[in-house]
Amino acid sequence: MSEIKEITQKEAAFSFGKKERKLLTDPLNDNNPITVQVLGICSALAVTTLLDKALVMSIAVVFVCAFSNLIISVLRNSIPKSVRMIVQLVAIAFLVTVVELILKAINYPIYVELSVFIGLIITNCIIMGRLEAFAMANGPWKSFLDGVGNGIGYGIILIIVAAIRELFGKGTLLGYTILGDWYTPNGLMVLFPSAMFVIGILIWIHRSWNRNLIDVS
Amino acid sequence: MGELANIFIKSAFIENLALAYFLGMCSYLAVSKTVKTAFGLGLAVIFVLGITMPINWLISEYLLSENGIFGMDLTFLRLILFISVIASMVQLVEMVVEKFSPSLYNSLGIFLPLITVNCAILGGSLFMVSKEYNFSESVAFGLGGGFGWFLAIIAIAAIREKIQYSAVPGPLRGLGMAFLLTGLMGMAFMSLMGIDPAAF
Repeated sequence: MSEIKEITQKEAAFSFGKKERKLLTDPLNDNNPITVQVLGICSALAVTTLLDKALVMSIAVVFVCAFSNLIISVLRNSIPKSVRMIVQLVAIAFLVTVVELILKAINYPIYVELSVFIGLIITNCIIMGRLEAFAMANGPWKSFLDGVGNGIGYGIILIIVAAIRELFGKGTLLGYTILGDWYTPNGLMVLFPSAMFVIGILIWIHRSWNRNLIDVS
Repeated sequence: MGELANIFIKSAFIENLALAYFLGMCSYLAVSKTVKTAFGLGLAVIFVLGITMPINWLISEYLLSENGIFGMDLTFLRLILFISVIASMVQLVEMVVEKFSPSLYNSLGIFLPLITVNCAILGGSLFMVSKEYNFSESVAFGLGGGFGWFLAIIAIAAIREKIQYSAVPGPLRGLGMAFLLTGLMGMAFMSLMGIDPAAF
């Protein structure tokens, strides 16, 4: 009897209904990893000087987040609670090493530019946070979708910030000149603090538009 | 000795992990609401950085490099080994502190396990490798980096405690303001970059 139940559950596990769609869209607005959950800020600041770096970073994070959620969700019932942190970190570190090696092989210049920040995906709190909060309690398919959703929610902010910083800091986008000779590049925009300002202002805009998120304290 | 003092000062002020590299921002923003908790987390970070940095130095020098005991280049294992060392050290520190100083343990609370995913720790280890420090230099770099992070989180916590009484626009209250403040502090710290540490 339990076997039959399990099989029907498995079939249902791959459905794509309203609930599953919510898993994907929720992190884009109401539960955005950066502007609401405040996770994964470090890498968001460091890699957003140029748009191409931010794009590569977003793809890497979507990949790592989705597959680490999947792996941990499959293993979730056999991980002892006391060592779960280390198991999670090893799973993440394995995926990050894969990303690092792939990137090194296909695009070496970007690999050099991103330097330690690819390695720091391991300690990107979004991934760890989603593992703890979601993958440890939900099935593989849902966890995978949650990982993709959160990765994209993170990526969108990263790409917006990087586009602003590259446009005003260098007058280019993806290396193509957008603002011509008349524009004097703003040197502050390529420095770290400007990422703080841009994200701070994004939070301001986001919260003025979505009033439920305002801090009441 | 002077060399080591240079590295300490450089990593604490000029290359501040929090305000020049913006590492460890998640816990920095999440735990900086009051000075008291910020103080506890800052101390724990100094401690863990000071311990893990030399251990990771030994690992990368004697296990992973070509001159190590395995005689081959194993740097692709670096991330996994570093993070395992950090996770296990944090767990060990947690047990030791709980055993010998329950009062400190209670005041640190959940911040100790959180340090595992503080990117300042792993980032510090990765910077140490890329800067090719020797053993004693890596100790100085770890302690200095930890001290700089400690200063930064206490400073923002103090500002955030005061700013609660100001009339900040609603949507900017809390998190948004913390971002803008950190940006301003980062700009202030940038002015330290011109200092020549050899002058000390």
